[in-house]
Amino acid sequence: MDHTLEKSAFAVDEKGYYGLFGGAYIPEMLYPNVEELRQNYLSIISQPDFQQEFQNLLSEYVGRPTPLYFAKRLSEKYQTQIYLKREDLCHTGAHKVNNTIGQILIARKLGKKRIVAETGAGQHGVATATVCALMGLECIVYMGKLDMERQKPNVERMHMLGAKVIAATCGSQTLKDATNEAMRHWINNPTDTHYIIGSVVGPHPYPDMVTRFQSVISEEIRKQLTEKFGNPNPDYVLACVGGGSNAAGAFYHFLDEPEVKLIALEAAGQGVSSGHSAATTALGKPGVLHGSKTILMQTDDGQVTEPYSISAGLDYPGIGPIHAHLFESGRAQFYSVTDEEALQAGLLLSRMEGIIPALESAHALAYLEKLHAKPNDIVVVNLSGRGDKDLATYSKALSL
Amino acid sequence: MNRITALFTQSNSPILNIYYTAGYPALSDTLPILTYLEKSGVDMVEIGMPYSDPVADGPTIQQSNDIALSNGMSVKLLFEQLQEMRKKVGLPVLLMGYLNPVLQYGIEAFCRKCKEIGVDGVILPDMPMSVYLDEYKAIFDSYGLLNIFLITPQTSIERIRQIDQVSDGFIYMVSSASVTGATSGIREATENYFKRIKEMKLKTPTMIGFGISDKKSFDTASSYANGAIIGSAFVKALQQSSDLEKDIASFVSSIKG
Repeated sequence: MDHTLEKSAFAVDEKGYYGLFGGAYIPEMLYPNVEELRQNYLSIISQPDFQQEFQNLLSEYVGRPTPLYFAKRLSEKYQTQIYLKREDLCHTGAHKVNNTIGQILIARKLGKKRIVAETGAGQHGVATATVCALMGLECIVYMGKLDMERQKPNVERMHMLGAKVIAATCGSQTLKDATNEAMRHWINNPTDTHYIIGSVVGPHPYPDMVTRFQSVISEEIRKQLTEKFGNPNPDYVLACVGGGSNAAGAFYHFLDEPEVKLIALEAAGQGVSSGHSAATTALGKPGVLHGSKTILMQTDDGQVTEPYSISAGLDYPGIGPIHAHLFESGRAQFYSVTDEEALQAGLLLSRMEGIIPALESAHALAYLEKLHAKPNDIVVVNLSGRGDKDLATYSKALSL
Repeated sequence: MNRITALFTQSNSPILNIYYTAGYPALSDTLPILTYLEKSGVDMVEIGMPYSDPVADGPTIQQSNDIALSNGMSVKLLFEQLQEMRKKVGLPVLLMGYLNPVLQYGIEAFCRKCKEIGVDGVILPDMPMSVYLDEYKAIFDSYGLLNIFLITPQTSIERIRQIDQVSDGFIYMVSSASVTGATSGIREATENYFKRIKEMKLKTPTMIGFGISDKKSFDTASSYANGAIIGSAFVKALQQSSDLEKDIASFVSSIKG
């Protein structure tokens, strides 16, 4: 893995912060676990046998590198050069597996016997259940009750893979609540369990660890663009942001390349001002949730508000601290996309390119309508996952 | 002297600290419950500031938090309800909660208000020790407000020594690896941990909490520490109560009697 960003203004500092954001705001019950991870993750990741096994699994098992596909018809429509980074072609159908492969290898090195995870859309849950099956570890996944209903195929996949899926019935019964339950489970089982967080959220070192595992996305984009054009840098990189793991991975190796414009798309839900939205940077302010200081949707009293998005993977009231820093510093531009715009973008890609995108990824695609890139601009859209899990939602909303 | 420090200096018998959630069962119950607790002979009280995402709490306290929030409880309203509390109660009062609502209120404004109304200490489980020492301790100190740290069976001896050095009032010993209300009774492994801590002869008094629910567990815990904290079991009693004053008196006498 490339460690060139270690001195970057956008890399995590030694205390676990990205600018003002990050840190490890955890109860004492979790301190030994998180500290064990903090002290070991960098040395484990840099060991040659870890790297060899990680790279081998990424190529032989996940199917990397994923293609950087020139979307010809879409490019003609928008009068620019659109390339799709096909994370939807990863084993299990989304980028999430890049991270779970890395973390399960770390968990094994730390001697852990059991894995706990949270999931929103179910992609991270499936990716976790998959690597647990691969390594023969027990797997427990917390998923909001509402999400279990709207992402039923992924619940069935997790069952098939041998994972135990537990419904989070508190709060809005979505990703935030599943994360609370997974953290409580870890508090109750501190010594033999590793918590595989699925996004660039949580206490340090999680945001940095997950970013490093997902950074393979931008590493490959650079290599693929160099092969095609002799220049690793596109003009734009677009990615959706819930917690922000696919965006962190797609942006990472471009953070210190100012000519590359980074665009993060949040879920506006029914509209930013509708009261039914997950557009965190538009609606939130600094606060602490799930172990880190970040930008957070909350009341004046500091209660975390219930987000809304048609896309379960973006239905989260915060963003990873790296994104809070990219937003505050202006390094990335944040815009939001409504449910309706995402649905139409998903339909458009299906009809024009024969690719059904995940509803999450459809938020990134939807912004192509507003980007107004120049004809020769190279626009990379991170197609973070495939849409099979969303077919019921698409069919109903689009009356197919 | 801070009321918490005074209590530990003066008391020879085990100290009973009761936790309850502000604004629960009804919004206006906060102050009456506090006065009933003092009347019933409790030594110290921990008032929970409800939060939307209480990750260190089990189902009972989560539910009381949810109900209190839907009743309309907030940090601001809690301070209004407690504004005159020192005309009615003399026992040490702590506020327990999570960091975000306190951050949004403003750390300094929060500490100033605590001093103004006579709150003696604060327990914020998700506030890291390093952040407290670097950013907040000076503010807490200037308003005479104590910050209570937690230790667990997994906390290293080195870290316990460090926590002991920076602690005032008492150290909150979490009895087992769990969220609140998850266990009942005290197991042998837990007693070994209590023994281990007792033998460390810390300078700061200790109070044991999590899993303390009745006289038996209170007495066991108190034989290793200065006293114990009861939360979920008391919240459950409130939940079932039709006469708060009477039921609180009988709950407390069932522990201390």
